[in-house]
Amino acid sequence: MGNKKNVWSKIWPPATLMIVLLAGWQIAAYLELFEQWLLPSPFSIVEEAIQVWPRLLDHTKATVQLTLIGFVGGSAVGFVLAALLHLIPGARTAVYPLLVLTQNVPVIAIAPILTMLLGWGLLPKALLVIMVCFFPITVAMLNGLTNTDAQLRNYLQMIGIRRFRLFWHLELPHAIVHLFSGLKIAASYSVLSAVVAEWLGTNKGLGAFMLISSKGFLPDRVFAAVFIIVALSLSLFGLVTLAERLVIRWRPEKEVK
Amino acid sequence: MSSGIENERPTLQVQRIRQKFGKGKAAKEVLAGLTFSVADGEFVSIIGPSGSGKTTLFQVIGGLERPSEGEVWIGGKETTGQRGHISYMPQQSSLLPWETVAGNIELSLSISGIDRKEAKSSTQEWLERIGLQEYADAYPHVLSGGMQQRVSFLRALLAPQQLMLLDEPFGALDALTRLHMQQWLMSIWEQNRRSVLLVTHSIEEALILSDRIIVMSASPAVVLDEFIIPFERPRREEIWNDPRFNELKQHIYRLLQNSAEE
Repeated sequence: MGNKKNVWSKIWPPATLMIVLLAGWQIAAYLELFEQWLLPSPFSIVEEAIQVWPRLLDHTKATVQLTLIGFVGGSAVGFVLAALLHLIPGARTAVYPLLVLTQNVPVIAIAPILTMLLGWGLLPKALLVIMVCFFPITVAMLNGLTNTDAQLRNYLQMIGIRRFRLFWHLELPHAIVHLFSGLKIAASYSVLSAVVAEWLGTNKGLGAFMLISSKGFLPDRVFAAVFIIVALSLSLFGLVTLAERLVIRWRPEKEVK
Repeated sequence: MSSGIENERPTLQVQRIRQKFGKGKAAKEVLAGLTFSVADGEFVSIIGPSGSGKTTLFQVIGGLERPSEGEVWIGGKETTGQRGHISYMPQQSSLLPWETVAGNIELSLSISGIDRKEAKSSTQEWLERIGLQEYADAYPHVLSGGMQQRVSFLRALLAPQQLMLLDEPFGALDALTRLHMQQWLMSIWEQNRRSVLLVTHSIEEALILSDRIIVMSASPAVVLDEFIIPFERPRREEIWNDPRFNELKQHIYRLLQNSAEE
């Protein structure tokens, strides 16, 4: 199918470049262009990862759990918040500037406060990820809910559509396209913020594993964790893209990019 | 033929509609006391230069805008500023891209107050009648411009409201498709007569389709004149050769020309 071909033609150039870069790194390490204890070779990173795999897997599971809770929770909060701000008259003008303000507070700064208030459990960390994730979704959704086609809106109003049906049949479907671009950003943010949350207060998860390994000066392990984090981030992004393709089937092929 | 209809209450009465935008010296009057009516089962066209406030007029009749003065009566009830009393075919087909062809028609019908079951069955029946049944489950973007307008017309025709507003429905089509569409619309409408108010720029289009033509001036809009179109129905292409066709065309053209010069 043309579609599949299209996907491959997009995947192979960056994939090839990636392999070339990794090979170059491996060769540079083999030629001892840099110290192995400073920057381990890809091969030794994989070797180390296999050796500590059971532990690494446990930490990965913890990070995946935190990421998913944060991502799903953040998406739900973002979605509901956008719908409410849009539907309640005046709410958007009042609340939106404050939302932008919350994004100016760095994650690293909130984390100790959350830990102080809520302890060391899953809750403060999940809250942190949710706080990071919801924003791009709310912004994208609000944008989509507002910028609907003026002619479609005029037509539906002319035939006497009621407010809620206008939301359900015009604004929401239109916003779905925007929602997915928000979800893609949130997907990357969620993995990142989950790792940062783990740095700040836990002994579980890839973030914690990285911190411990770094303190014990085990660069192989730190890099192994980084590789897994990148893979997680890419997978979540891929899942969102897949969901987008399944949900949005009405667009003409040429618009799908 | 219109003498029998005049005694009944018209489907649409527009009474002394004025619409001003802005206040004080900057105020701009768009509609300056428009009065006209559309009888039951009558096809009336409004011709006017662009910028003659036709959009505003439709917004007022549709209830989206409240006029500064005057009243709108539909089906014997005052509906000034109320929505939901008309069915509508806009210039752009305005089909929702995320609904299928059938879904679009059904949605409009259910907004107009028809229950889902009935909407479904009449949609299927009519799509078959106009030869688009194979597109029932397709999304609108696969349809050509002409086909989209057919669906859009069908959607307006099937709604239960007594009055149909057609807003330059073929303005975006090429000349040949436009001609086909006029004939197609005529044949469907003649089998299923409803009260229609059509806005168009094309004098010929108005002459082919209407029972009566209202000529409007621009900024502010007033009714310049009205013409009863004498051609028999069902109408055939022969009316092109009718001397009265060209006479009326010239007459209306000059009327518009003069009002533009003033």
